[in-house]
Amino acid sequence: MDIFVEDGRIVDDVNGEAEVIDASGMIVMPGGVDIHTHIAGAEVNTGRLLRPEDHYLDVEVKTAITRSGVGRSIPSTFITGYRYARMGYTTAITPSMPPLLARHTHEELEDTPILDKAAFPLLGDSWFVLEYLRDDKIEECAAFVSWIMTATKGYAIKIVNPGGIESWGFGGNVRDIDDPVPYFNITPRDIIRGLCRVNKMLNLPHSIHIHTNNLGKPGNYITTLETMRCVEEFKEEDRPIIHVTHCQFSSFKGRDWSSLRSGSEEIAEYVNDHSHVSIDIGQVVFTDTTTMTADGPFQYILHQLSGNKWVNGDVETETGAGIVPFRYRRRSYVHAIQWSIGLELALLIRDPWRVFLTTDHPNAAPFTTYPRIISWLMSKKAREKIMDRINEKAKRRSLLGSIDREYTFFEIAIITRAGQSKVLGLRSKGHLGIGAEADISIYNINPKEVDPSRNYKDVRRAFERAKYTLKGGEIVVRDGEIVKSVDGRIFWVKPESSRYKINVTDELKRKFREYYTVEFENYMIPESYLINSSPIHVKAGV
Amino acid sequence: MIILRLKRTLKVPVEARCISQDIFEGKTVEDIRSLKVWEGNKVRKLGEIFEVEEKRGDNSTIRILGDLSKIRGIGYQMTHGRIIIEGNVGHRLGEELGGGEIIVHGDTGSWIGSSMKDGRIEIFGCTGDYIAAPYRGSMKGMRGGEIIVHGDVGDEAGGYMRGGLIVIDGCTGQFLGVHMKRGTILVKGSSEGRIGAEMVNGKIVVCGQVPSILPTFTFEDIKSSVKVDGEKIKGPFYRFIGDLTENGEGKLYISKAENPHLKFYERYL
Repeated sequence: MDIFVEDGRIVDDVNGEAEVIDASGMIVMPGGVDIHTHIAGAEVNTGRLLRPEDHYLDVEVKTAITRSGVGRSIPSTFITGYRYARMGYTTAITPSMPPLLARHTHEELEDTPILDKAAFPLLGDSWFVLEYLRDDKIEECAAFVSWIMTATKGYAIKIVNPGGIESWGFGGNVRDIDDPVPYFNITPRDIIRGLCRVNKMLNLPHSIHIHTNNLGKPGNYITTLETMRCVEEFKEEDRPIIHVTHCQFSSFKGRDWSSLRSGSEEIAEYVNDHSHVSIDIGQVVFTDTTTMTADGPFQYILHQLSGNKWVNGDVETETGAGIVPFRYRRRSYVHAIQWSIGLELALLIRDPWRVFLTTDHPNAAPFTTYPRIISWLMSKKAREKIMDRINEKAKRRSLLGSIDREYTFFEIAIITRAGQSKVLGLRSKGHLGIGAEADISIYNINPKEVDPSRNYKDVRRAFERAKYTLKGGEIVVRDGEIVKSVDGRIFWVKPESSRYKINVTDELKRKFREYYTVEFENYMIPESYLINSSPIHVKAGV
Repeated sequence: MIILRLKRTLKVPVEARCISQDIFEGKTVEDIRSLKVWEGNKVRKLGEIFEVEEKRGDNSTIRILGDLSKIRGIGYQMTHGRIIIEGNVGHRLGEELGGGEIIVHGDTGSWIGSSMKDGRIEIFGCTGDYIAAPYRGSMKGMRGGEIIVHGDVGDEAGGYMRGGLIVIDGCTGQFLGVHMKRGTILVKGSSEGRIGAEMVNGKIVVCGQVPSILPTFTFEDIKSSVKVDGEKIKGPFYRFIGDLTENGEGKLYISKAENPHLKFYERYL
């Protein structure tokens, strides 16, 4: 079978001379899509500042084509792009952009070559959103979200520990999704439901993207189930309406750390039965990494547990952040259970279109470990080999030994690209049909000859270094080396609706003057500020 | 024995991690001459910087002669053998040392024995800052082995130390044993103060003067002597416990005779 590429798109035929890539005996896939990876923004950069030791252990020297860079768990912008491209990835979404710091995030995204990018503004703890939802002003809230997407060049609604970060401003947290947020008289349930409705009203391409309450606490799988359940009634036929991200961190069962168990069975059962949910796994790999989320209270717990240095941040009226360097150890009971939970989720959820491969880079592991995770998913033998070396108690309690499922290459293509772009609403990505963007990755492994179950090391090697990566029809990687560096685009959503048009009222301006350190006029990012702006126009529904 | 003689005065730093018994072992003189080093941003061969000579007998020793104060990283991750340096030497000598011995007849730069695990470093001159302490950002301090300095040392000696022994015959700068977790530091001279800031455990003995003790240490008692590595050091010593900001149980032994200005602590006995 032949694939024709012209002007950066896949077409049904080309005329005249064309460069030919012989990919016989290899795997051809659409370029990889990563739905959740912290590659740019304020917290990533603060993480870089916090961790010089992460830099000097991993240095990439410049070449005639590529620029130099450093960092293993938080690589600098340029090498982030190169490393993704070497693995055959061409799209990456940075999921936590404080709206106030959007300018910085976009500046970093622009310096991340090859990849197409998008950023999700954090809206779950924004005072505006909380106030609108408290007063039951859903239309005004929709108008505000619509304005924020345009103003910050965002792509989807990201919710992190709804209400919890705001409570953290007062030294507290919310205990579950019905615990009111101090001074706002609103519960996380109201926030999630409200923003889910807003998402529907605006017809945004992606669903709400949520990092649950109580993340990283034993027993939190109940909160996760509640979170999924609370938007059940808004479900749509053709697509999920809630994306629970790095679900591994939200699938803990047990009363405390010593009685920690995997809650993956319950979560998987629910996801299997309900089509309105999609998740990504947030797989732990035993390695040294840096955890960073907007979830300040969770990071505080992590800092207390590990005794490591940390950073805590607060972004005015919008959100917060925390960063802690962390090492996942095989011999640690908790870490081994976490490792197991991620794989269990991926293997127990039957529909690959609703479970995606991520490591929540760099929280559970750097993104460069994806090939290893692919080999675990494709081979029971590979999993068992790790199982033999993990904590004994965790091994006994893990469900993995009883799961025989092994992913096929088709399923891997879905969980690493096709499913992610479908859920993200990126219609021209994640497939090789006519009209799709010519983001193509070719891996040097023959699926007809290689049995991934036994030759998992070959699988891992093939996915680590793509034979070819094409971005927009241009060869950017050949034999695992960058041969050309191109600029990626930045996707953002431009909701168009007369109905939810925000009135830049005196009130909004007054609030800005009252709450913010920047002026309303300086808050917005003009489109001309982005070099490769790629707005997606959406018509708001009713 | 391999003898390296510096050929010329160096103007820019040279990164010479290849000077180590582990790497030299089993190599001919020609092989050693062609080892790669960085001089500033240029790659050079070791033979361009040093005259390399082999003497029969004692196969496990490397002698280096000349002013090596621009040369960094000698003895990186060495696990056995001996390096004797006649002259001054630069930063990060014996970084992550796993065994063997390094002897310096001269002064050294900073980060001597950084993150070392085992082995022995003896310096007959003075050293810079951060001896035994990990490089920027890292928390992996010295884990074992010993460092003996006959001269003075700079600031933050023994930072993040997790084991082993440091003996300093001279004086120290500030923040001796900062973030220390385990291990022992013995200072025979005086210290510039802020000893044991944020230490969690371990032992620091100062036989000389100390300007003051951090307020986050509590005064425990007076000890007539203290044992360091099996050897009894005669006191008496004021004993302090801290750092309380870290719920620490580290112990400071400060000479009573040399520090009459700390006498007021005796009220709290």
